[in-house]
This record gives sequence, C-alpha cells and structure tokens, in this order.
Amino acid sequence: MTKHISKVAYQVMWNRLISVVEEQAQALIRTAFSTSVREAGDLSAGVYNQQGLMLAQAVTGTPGHVNAMADAVGHFIRRIGYDAMKQGDVYITNDPWEGTGHKHDITIVTPSFHDGKLIGFFACTAHVTDIGGRGFGADANDVHEEGLYIPIMKFISAGVPDQTLLALIRGNVREPQQLVGDIYALATCNDIGHRRLMTMMTEFGLSDLEGVSDFILSHSRDATLEKINALAKGTASGHMRIDGYDQPIDLHVTLTIEKDRIISDWQGTSGIDKKGINVPLVYTKAYACYALKCAIAPEIPNNAASLAPFEITAPENSIVNAIFPAPVALRHVIGHMVPDAVYDALDKLLPDIVPAEGAGCLCNFQVSLRPRTDAPAPQDAVRSEVLTFNSGGSGARPTLDGMNATAFPSGVMTMPVEATEQVGPVVIWRKELRPNSGGAGKYRGGLGQYMDVGPREGHECDISAMFDRVDHPARGRRGGQAGLPTELVRSDGVKMKGKGKQFLPHGTVAQMSFPGGAGYGDPNERDQGDIRRDLALGYITADHAKQNYDITDEEIKQVLDAAQKGEV
Amino acid sequence: MKSVTVQKSENSMSAKQTTSHKIRLGVDIGGTFTDVVIETPSGRNSTKVLTTYGAPEDAILQGMRQVCEKANVVPSDISQIIHGTTLATNALIERRGAKTALITTKGFRDVIEMRTESRFEQYDLNLALPDPLLPRNRRYVVDERCDATGKILRPLKIKEVEALADHLAQANYESIAVGLLHSYVNDEHERMIADILAKKCPNAMISLSCDVSPQMREYERFNTTIANAYIKPLMKSYLSRLKDRLANEGADCPVFLMHSGGGIMSLDSAAEFPVRLVESGPAGGAIFAADIAGRHKIDKVLSFDMGGTTAKICLIQNQTPKTARVFEVARTYRFKKGSGMPISIPVIDMVEIGAGGGSLAHVDSMKQIRVGPESAGSEPGPACYGRGGQNPAVTDADLLLGKLDPDNFAGGSIPLHSAQSKAAFKTHIGDKLAMDEREAAWGVAEVVDETMANAARVHAVENGEDLSEYTMIAFGGAAPLHAARLCEKLGISKCLIPSGAGVGSAIGFLRAPFSFESNRSVFMKLSQFGSEQFNSEKVAALFAEMTQEATAFVRSCDSQAEIKADYKVYMRYSGQGWEIPVALTKQQAEKPDAKTLLSLFEADYKKLFARTVEGMEVEVTVWSVNAFTDVPAASPVMPLHDTHLISSDKTTDLLDPATGHMTKAQIVKRSAMDVGGYVAGPAIIVEDETSVIVPPSGHIINQQDGTLIMGISSSSVTDKKE
Repeated sequence: MTKHISKVAYQVMWNRLISVVEEQAQALIRTAFSTSVREAGDLSAGVYNQQGLMLAQAVTGTPGHVNAMADAVGHFIRRIGYDAMKQGDVYITNDPWEGTGHKHDITIVTPSFHDGKLIGFFACTAHVTDIGGRGFGADANDVHEEGLYIPIMKFISAGVPDQTLLALIRGNVREPQQLVGDIYALATCNDIGHRRLMTMMTEFGLSDLEGVSDFILSHSRDATLEKINALAKGTASGHMRIDGYDQPIDLHVTLTIEKDRIISDWQGTSGIDKKGINVPLVYTKAYACYALKCAIAPEIPNNAASLAPFEITAPENSIVNAIFPAPVALRHVIGHMVPDAVYDALDKLLPDIVPAEGAGCLCNFQVSLRPRTDAPAPQDAVRSEVLTFNSGGSGARPTLDGMNATAFPSGVMTMPVEATEQVGPVVIWRKELRPNSGGAGKYRGGLGQYMDVGPREGHECDISAMFDRVDHPARGRRGGQAGLPTELVRSDGVKMKGKGKQFLPHGTVAQMSFPGGAGYGDPNERDQGDIRRDLALGYITADHAKQNYDITDEEIKQVLDAAQKGEV
Repeated sequence: MKSVTVQKSENSMSAKQTTSHKIRLGVDIGGTFTDVVIETPSGRNSTKVLTTYGAPEDAILQGMRQVCEKANVVPSDISQIIHGTTLATNALIERRGAKTALITTKGFRDVIEMRTESRFEQYDLNLALPDPLLPRNRRYVVDERCDATGKILRPLKIKEVEALADHLAQANYESIAVGLLHSYVNDEHERMIADILAKKCPNAMISLSCDVSPQMREYERFNTTIANAYIKPLMKSYLSRLKDRLANEGADCPVFLMHSGGGIMSLDSAAEFPVRLVESGPAGGAIFAADIAGRHKIDKVLSFDMGGTTAKICLIQNQTPKTARVFEVARTYRFKKGSGMPISIPVIDMVEIGAGGGSLAHVDSMKQIRVGPESAGSEPGPACYGRGGQNPAVTDADLLLGKLDPDNFAGGSIPLHSAQSKAAFKTHIGDKLAMDEREAAWGVAEVVDETMANAARVHAVENGEDLSEYTMIAFGGAAPLHAARLCEKLGISKCLIPSGAGVGSAIGFLRAPFSFESNRSVFMKLSQFGSEQFNSEKVAALFAEMTQEATAFVRSCDSQAEIKADYKVYMRYSGQGWEIPVALTKQQAEKPDAKTLLSLFEADYKKLFARTVEGMEVEVTVWSVNAFTDVPAASPVMPLHDTHLISSDKTTDLLDPATGHMTKAQIVKRSAMDVGGYVAGPAIIVEDETSVIVPPSGHIINQQDGTLIMGISSSSVTDKKE
C-alpha cells in the first residue's frame, strides 16, 4: 500500500521525473554513434505510466518526436500485450507510423517493474545514420526502398538479446557496428531512467505511479485548458505553398479554437508525392502541436494531458497524412514547414503573437565521397559519408528581428566545420551569414547563410540535397518583405536542384545560399538605429538599404565610414 | 610543430620564498565582497571588505592593512600573495573589454555569431540570442586555408595581411585575436600573422588561438581567443597597477594568480592569458574543500557552496577536484545551457544552479512551485529583511521553518521580520495552493533542495559516480542551512562544515599548487598506432613537448620545487562525439602502446556506461599534460579520542522536511562547542555568518580543527536497511 503522500511530495516527484528524462537524454547523447544524435540532438526520451500515458519528456532538439513519442508506447502495449511483458524485456521498432515518422528513427521501449509488478515504461528514440535501403534521401519510390523494417517486437526478452534480429540488422545496413551500438545505447538510456525511478519510489514509499500520474496529468490538463479557454473562439484558415520534389505542394490548414480544444484540419492539402518527402500524420501532429504550444502554452511541459487538447485531422494520403507504403524518409522537410502554415491561420485568430515565415526546414545535406574516377586517384583517397545540419534564418517576430542562421521549428545543432572535415575528405570553404537575405520590415527577418562545399583533392562526390524554399521563399507578415530564396549552383556554373542526389566532379564546389526569414511590419516603420546597425554590421548592403528603407546616400556613407573604423 | 613563447617571470625568485617563517596572503575579489586572508606561523586572520569596482586594488590594500593589523605584522613581512578575481568574468559579462579585432579565415567571419545555430529554449517564440563578443565589423578575414590534416590548401598572402594590419593600426584597435581554421594542427599562418602585427601594430596586444586554446572546434577556440584578447588590456593594466600599489605599501613580494584549473600561475602568465582567470574564485572554493578533505582523510567528496544567488557543486576525488576542458560563462537566460559563451580552457568542473538564499519563489500555471533563478539580491532582499521585498525568497522559507533566528541573523546586524515572510508566502504561494504559510515554506524549501539534488545527481551520473559513497563538504552562507536535507535526498550520510567557510575561496588560494595544463587536439585512431605517423616514439615525443611547455610555465613561478606531471588522453569510439578522459601514468606516457590505451579506455567506458561496444574503432582526440608542484601535505586532523554530549535548554520549533512534522530543536552556539562536543539532532548550531541545521535523525561533533562533522541517516538509507 502506498502511504499518504503530501502535496509537497508530489511537487518534488514531478520535478524528479522531469530530471530523470533529461538525464536519460543526456546519457544517450554521450553514448550514441550517429552524428545526428550526438552532435545535433536529434533524439527523445520519456517516462510513461502503466496505461502508456506519457508523464514527462526530455526537451531535446526535435519537436517532431513530441507527439510521436507520446503515442508510441500505446502501440507497443497493443502489439505486445501486457501478458507477454516480462521483467528484463526491451522492445524495438522503426515503424514510421507507430514510431516517429521514418525508418531512420529507432524507438526503444522498456517496461518498468517494481516488486514484480508492471508500473510504467521508459521510451527513447534516436535518428540513426543508416538503416540500409537507398540511404538517407528523398529518392525512394516507396517505403520498402528506404531500408530495413523492424516491426514492434522484443529486442531483449527477459534479459536475453534476440541474436536473430541482431544478425538480420547487421546484414542489412551499411554501418552495422554503429547501428547495433546505437540500439544498445538506447536500451542503456532507458535502464538509467528505470534505476532513478526505482530510487524515487523507495524514497517516497510508492508501490505504483498512479498518485503521481494523476497529479501531473490533472495539473497539466487544467493549466492547458485554462490557456485554451482564455482564447477567443473561432475558425481561420492558413495556406502556404512550398517546393516539393518535382512539383509544388500546397499546405492548407483550418484551425478551430473551441472550448477545451484546438483542432487543426488539413483538408485541401496536396496529395502524397511520388518521392520520399511524405509525412505520417503523427509527425504532422507533432509540429502542429509544437507550433500551437509555443504560441499558447509555452511553459507547460509535454505529457499526455497537456498534448491531448491539440487535435488534428487530415485526409488520408494527403502529404501530411501519408499512409503505408508511401516513401517517408525526408518527412522532416514538409514537417518543418507545418508551423509556418499553422501560424498563417493562427495569426488571424491571435494577432501579434506569431512570427513571419522563416526558412522552415533545416538546410541539411549528405555528401558521399569517393576517390576520383576521372583520373588516377591518389593512394590515400577514401570513401566516406558526411551528413551536416544547417539553418537558414528564422522569421521576424512582432517585436523582434528574426534570428540569423538559427533553426525554427527544429532545435538541432550544427556541427563544427573542423569536426565535419575530420569525418571525411570534404572541404567546407565557406560557412557564413548571407547579407540581405532577411526580408525587410519594421522587424527584419533572420539572415540565411552561405555554404561552399567540395571534395578534397583526389576525390569526387555526390551531394544529396534536402532543401526547400528554392521557388517559394518565406513570406512576410503585416507588410514585411519576403526573405531571399534558396540558391544552388556548382562552381562550374551547372545549376543544382533543391532535392535529390547530384554529382560534384573532382575540383568543383557546390555553392549554396540558404534562405532568410521574412520581415514583419512595414519597412518604413523600422527604427533608424536598427537600419544603421544592420548596415554597419553588413547584415544589409548599401543598395538593399536604399531600396527598402528611408535612408540617404549621405547617411549610408557616414555609417559605412564609421563601421570601417571598427566603430559601433 | 609547435612553439610557445614562455616569458620568464621577473618575480620568479625571491629570498623571502625560502625563509622558513612564511607569511602568505590570499585575496579573493568577489561580486560583493573582497575577502582577504593572512596566514602566519601563529595562525590565520581574515576580513571581508566591500569590493571597489572602480579600482579593485583599493579593497585589497584596505583588507591587507586590516589583516596585517590583526596578525600583528606589516605588509613587508608578507612573502607571497595569491590572488583570484571575478574581474575577468565580470568584464566578459558586462562587456567592458577593449576595442578588439578578430582576424580569421575567409568564409568564416561569423563563426562566433552563428554559434551552434540552435535555440537554447525550445518553446520561447521571442527568444533573444546573446550578442557575440565582437560585432561583425570588427571581424576581418584573410584568404588562407588549411585542411583537417594541417596541409595548406591556400597559402597566406603577406601583402594582404600587411594591408589589413595597416588598417587595424589606423583604426586604433587595442587588442587583436587571430583564429584560423585548423590552427590546432598547423599554427604556421597564425604565427606569420602575429609577426606582421607585431611590426605594424606595436600598440595592440595579440592573442593567437594556437596559444590560447589549441583545440578542435572553431566556435569554442575562436570565442576563447577573442575573450582572451578582449580582457587582456584591462587585466594587464590592473595586474601591473596592483603590483605597484602593493609594492608601495611595502608588499613587494611575488604575486601569483589563481587560475580556473585550480592552480596558481605567475602574474606575467596571467597577463598573457587572462582568460584563464575566469572562474578563479569558485575554483578556490573547490581547492578549499579539497584541502579539508585531505586533512580529514576523505577520498570522495561532494563540495556544496551555496550563497545568495547561486549554488555550486563539484566532485572531488583523492583531494583533486574534477576538471573539464570547456565551460560556459555569461549565461543570459535563466542559467540555461547554451545561453552563454563557451570558453575552452582547463577548468574545475562545477555545476552552477540558480538557487541561493535570495532566490525568489512563485507558483506557475501548473500550480507547481518554482524557485529561482530570479533573486531578490541584497536590495530589497528577501521579504523578511523588511526593506520592501514582497516576494518570498528561500531565506524567508528558512525563517518560517525555524532554521533562522530572527534576532541573530548575521550576528544580529540584520533583524528579520517573520510577519513579512508570512505575508509573502500567503499571497504568492499559500493562497494559490491551499496551503498554510508553513506548508508553503516547506514546499519552497523542498523544491529548492530537490533542484540542487537533481543537479548533483545528474553530474554524478555523468561522471559514473554513486553519491552514496560520498561525503559532503558544505560552505558559503546558505549551505549549512540546506546541507542536511540535500544529504538526505542524495543518500549521503556524512557532512563536514569547516570553520572559516565564509572566506573559503581565499583560504583555498593558499592551498593551491603552481600548475599549468597543456592540451592538444591531435587525432589518432588506435589502429594507426605503429604507423610512421603514430608510434610509440611520436606519441612519447608529443607528451614530452607538452610536458616541457607546461613545466616551463610552472618553473616561471617556482625556480626550485620539484615539478610533477599528470597525463591524460581523451578517447572515444570513432563516430562518437563525446570523449572520456583516460588517465595515464608517467611510465605509460613515456612508453605508450595501443594495447594499454585500449584497455584503459574500455575500463573507464564500462564504468561510465555499463558496457563496451564490440568491434568499434577507438580513437584519441585530445592529449593533455598538467604540470604542478606538490603542495605541502595537509596536516591531518587528529581523530577524536572521545566525545561529550552538549545540550542546550534553549529550543525552537523546527520543521523536519522529511516528514513535514514540527520538532523541538535545541539551539547551540558554535562557539560553545569545544573539541569533541557532541550535539544530537534536531538542533541548530548558530554562528555569526550562518546556522547549521542538524535533522532529527542526525548528530554533529566538533573536531580538533573546528570543523563540524554531521552524521545523517537519510530516508532512502533507512529504507534500504529495512
């Protein structure tokens, strides 16, 4: 029997559970092999009650995992069944629809037993570098081409790892040791959470998580509903057109704020694409929910109750509700655009809260390097895969400029150039801010960035592009101007596409300009001091200043002269 | 491959150092107070004077006069002064540095502005990123490039650098940082630029990234180099002024500086690498705790330093605080990781939490109690100060729970008003949560203690340590009020509260060794070991070169003492991004082999993460040598032969946070506890600076050296026994 628990003790336990999941995530970052996890923070970790309801989740770099993780444990309970769950079990999947949206995310779930009784679960997810198939990219025609599929199953059964499964995994991927290392790292991360939970239960004399679970969920539900019910009821629609693979995609969303819930309905959105940029609904839901939470209830932590009032519907086989067997490897490209579409609608219901459009999706690319084939390659030439994460500019806010080269909605980190160049024979010749790329406005959009990338002497490579906003730059709000679009060209003048694998011959460099965020408000209302500062710092050039703002040649000269002397 | 200019210190030798009757002065300039401690053969005296921001040396002289008078000596009797200061940190936080330029590789002008391209707070749409230390128009590029192996891809153009140098001279830059890509492997271009700058910009101070922080990862290296350049003119002028002023007072002895790594270095090295002074005050606190640990022969210590606005936690093993290679300063957003700037220098690894006596509590939208990092500061201070503070602070909770005597706070100099605390708790916490004032205060105390305990747990797990094997050493104004509860939460059964804790950092300075740590990023896969590039001789030569460099710095402080060295390599599985430190013995560093490195790595990896990974390549990323002098062994504190019970008739109501029940605690004056004095809990040991709380399950004994040792049986420990 659980003894009487004071209100103060519940306060402490909620804090403790949040600390436990953060610790779980930290352990994963430090033991994982995949660049995406360890450098970029593309992972997630959470703790659940016996019914599979999420009680706490680590705040990591990827909002995309939020709802997916919240739902995942329910799928595991349904597939495996309580009766088959034993102490020492560890479960696994990379199912895009029951996990977190694509096969490159491995989700591991561990049941927690206390005195022989199942009292809850720990789950974690990480983006792995390779899962076989065509490799990470947009080019697959259906999900089967995107790599090995691991249905929800036991990876470790009562302490014994399934060697058949491990042999199958090893035999189907390009970096078998790394992947198996990552799977074990995920399992270890859940173990750490479990041990900490047991200490807490002993300290507070708990026999189950029911009491603390009710406390967390009821307080979270009340707080979330209070926020939602404070908003004016209403309905509004938003629309955004983006590049897609071969043809543009229209994202249409209708937001309805009702008593106790907010519904986002994606009726009217384009159908699924032939290539791997489709999005399982759970991932769309994650980004829609993330966008709404940022605007409405940013301080409420994620759990089953705080997420529940944010509902989503979308037509089956629209690009935001792709169903099996649609290819989904690059679901993040569209997923990262979801918040801007949601904000187009929300701005009509809640003015002066949301930012203008930004770069949206991360500007990621993978480089596959090999010895040059057009001429004899040097002895020490090697093959190597290098994945990088980069950000364009974020949109201007109602009272602030956008952030330069800083991701939104994703929160993942870039890798140091010096570290990337240690991974493989690649040279990043340039990685710096792109002047004029932030849309003009009362508040300026965040600047995008330039990146020049090529193979090292003796090598050639393919570059797998995962970019958007080539044809559809970020749009301004309330009179703010659009940001500059993505621009891609090879140093020998050959034009490059926004998506898909493209060849870089020996001696060439891909010259990439990543998009800026859009401006907010009329540029004529921009503060003179801010215009001068932007000019002095080279965020904007003299021409751009003259075109967009009220500033004379004389003033420009004065600012530039002072800046040149290092004055600020 | 590398050359480092080591300047000879003019104050390296002094006849006074060799005299047997050493008189030493420790000086810690903090945000509010400057602490001065003098140690003479007849004992220790200390004082606290207000920090004088305009001319910090004024407070030092004032404090020095005071302690000299107390100790009955004159400044010219002092044989050594050891100084630590927050001036370097504050200059970075307040952006009070010199007009500084950066010269970097073309294409990488914005490295310090683009940071990691991420947001440190995921859900704040109105996030403001911290400004880079240098605005964009003070960042200049030159056309040059090295690859990751050190091969030059684009040679430096002398003409271009000369033209730039002329421009920088004309623009009157006081300080110039040079940070080029991959200069940790090949420093040739940075040194060529330095030569040109020396000729063309004779008035500017130069900082090269290959000297200041020769480690991979451009953002951290560039930022560290810029930080060094930025505070160099300020610190150089301060240090030379200080030396002159001290000499004028008669204290013309050598002056040394505490560095962030927990050792001391010469004044000249400090002027050259002032970024190494950042966080030197807290480092002194850790050394103070390490010294106490040594005297009491304790191998595993968690030091806990809690003041008015923050708490700091550090792991100390075998009297050596844990160190790290990079840390963050000047956090701009609720102490949040990522909201400050990285500094990659050897540093004592401390966790800083925005929780102190002045931290304010509130109830959030989930009806959860939150504490800090907002602080009431000293004005208006907590509500109980009666100076207009309306919001409940941790000190208010401590007062309502019976931990503080309202009439004897700070020796009676600040009367505390319980009524104000009650009102603050009722309005801001109690009414919102249907709790009375006492329960609300209990909730706040529990939340702040839990926050600190969580930080300690995470830090311990990250280091593969089990805190139940640790002993706590608590110091700083608020620590003794919270130490017992923290111990209960962490399963720690013993806590030391040393005397002199109020000036702990300054005392710590007097216990620090001369030391200097050199780090190099040189990648080596273990499978390459035995190749022409990496073999036993090459690696031994690298260690020898680094040892020589580090030793030269230490030698400039002390011309005679034996200098020892610790060797470390940072290793990981290829593909991982996180290295773990692996310690080598002198023999292993002199005759390195791959098999030993592998087995040492696997043992440490297993300790941290429970398992090793089969079939993965292992690599070394960073090599490290720490050269140091031995500190005279701490004289051990003799164990007590017997103890005797002390009790007091004076009692007060004290809440036991473990149960939520009120208890009758006896009040005992610390000064009334003689050696061997034993007080059973619940009790409050009062002294001028603070009070020590002894929980119902605990007891406390005064030791030979005036340290109090508290025994605690924590709830989780009790449960385990059942």
